Amino acid sequence: MYVIIVGAGNVGYYLAKTLLNAGHEVLLIERDKRRCDLLRDEFGEAVMRGRGDEIRIMREAGADRADIVVACTGDDEDNLIISQIAKWYFNVPRTVARINDPRNEGIFQQLGIDATVSSTNIIYHLIEQEIETSEIIPLAALERGNIEIVDVEISNRSPVVGRQVDDLPLPSDALIVCIIRGENAMLPRADTVLEPNDSVIALVSAHNERLLRKVFAEEASSE
Amino acid sequence: MRIVILGCGRTGAALARIMAAEGHRVTLIEWNNESLERLGGKFTGAVITGNGLDEDVLKKAGIEQADMFVALTEGDNRNLMAAQIAKERFQVPKVIAKVNDPIRAEAYRERGIYTICYSLIGSALIRDLAYDRPLGTVEDYNVLPPELQD
Repeated sequence: MYVIIVGAGNVGYYLAKTLLNAGHEVLLIERDKRRCDLLRDEFGEAVMRGRGDEIRIMREAGADRADIVVACTGDDEDNLIISQIAKWYFNVPRTVARINDPRNEGIFQQLGIDATVSSTNIIYHLIEQEIETSEIIPLAALERGNIEIVDVEISNRSPVVGRQVDDLPLPSDALIVCIIRGENAMLPRADTVLEPNDSVIALVSAHNERLLRKVFAEEASSE
Repeated sequence: MRIVILGCGRTGAALARIMAAEGHRVTLIEWNNESLERLGGKFTGAVITGNGLDEDVLKKAGIEQADMFVALTEGDNRNLMAAQIAKERFQVPKVIAKVNDPIRAEAYRERGIYTICYSLIGSALIRDLAYDRPLGTVEDYNVLPPELQD
């Protein structure tokens, strides 16, 4: 299969690596020169510098014989236009767009994008299914969004030990999505009581992350 | 007319002021407060601070009742996405987007988004001026000339 990936951030990079290992033909398109130079050592000819929303670049990339175009830049509007141009101009059989704001899923579908991938939603579902933390690795994908996932370890001196989840003074836009206790991931309920050495995974808006961490932090020693 | 304008750059600010002065109900969406200074003190329309691709922000700006939506941010793709949301999701009767890349401007014009391409209009106008030709209309200029088709 010939796969064109537009956007060589973390998502594009690991996707390219995985597909190459699986024996597919891959072309990674990236507009940033420094990032391209860096990737060239590893990917060689499989990296091309340019903008995937420009028809000329996509023609050069051989989009007309691509089986799939994956648009995974950090900007939803770019991913939409990249996917539409791939479809309209090059009849690419399948386009996949990464979505950073999960609320855009509906409009992308309405506008004819075959498949959308929202890392926020995926992580959310992973957490919903109580998958072990070791498998929830692609957290970095959220970095460009406004929401961050944070993982806080609770020490035995944290003021939240022994308190119920609904009793925590959380910032308004923070949500505890998972508590890891020993080997188990559990969905928090209002009456879940926090214990020392629990790990709390929470979604929080970027500007309130510090506030959230403060809630769990050890109280400053007075000694 | 109810008009929603996305982007308070030079064009957005000028359009907002003109249309508001002519008695239309104008709402401007812009996320950078500094840009709003372009509106001056006499602007009578409404201003919403926020991301113009966010449907909640668009609704707050009254896109559901709008007769016209104009996308004038610095980003071609941003304008094209906002315009498609306005047209497909909210069925705004008249949707216009500024697109600087002539190729993309044509691609979306062919698919029902009225795109305005300053680079095409400017270059075609200057060419006519160079030859001292009688000037054409914007419609003459706002199309992709054969020289730029690749």
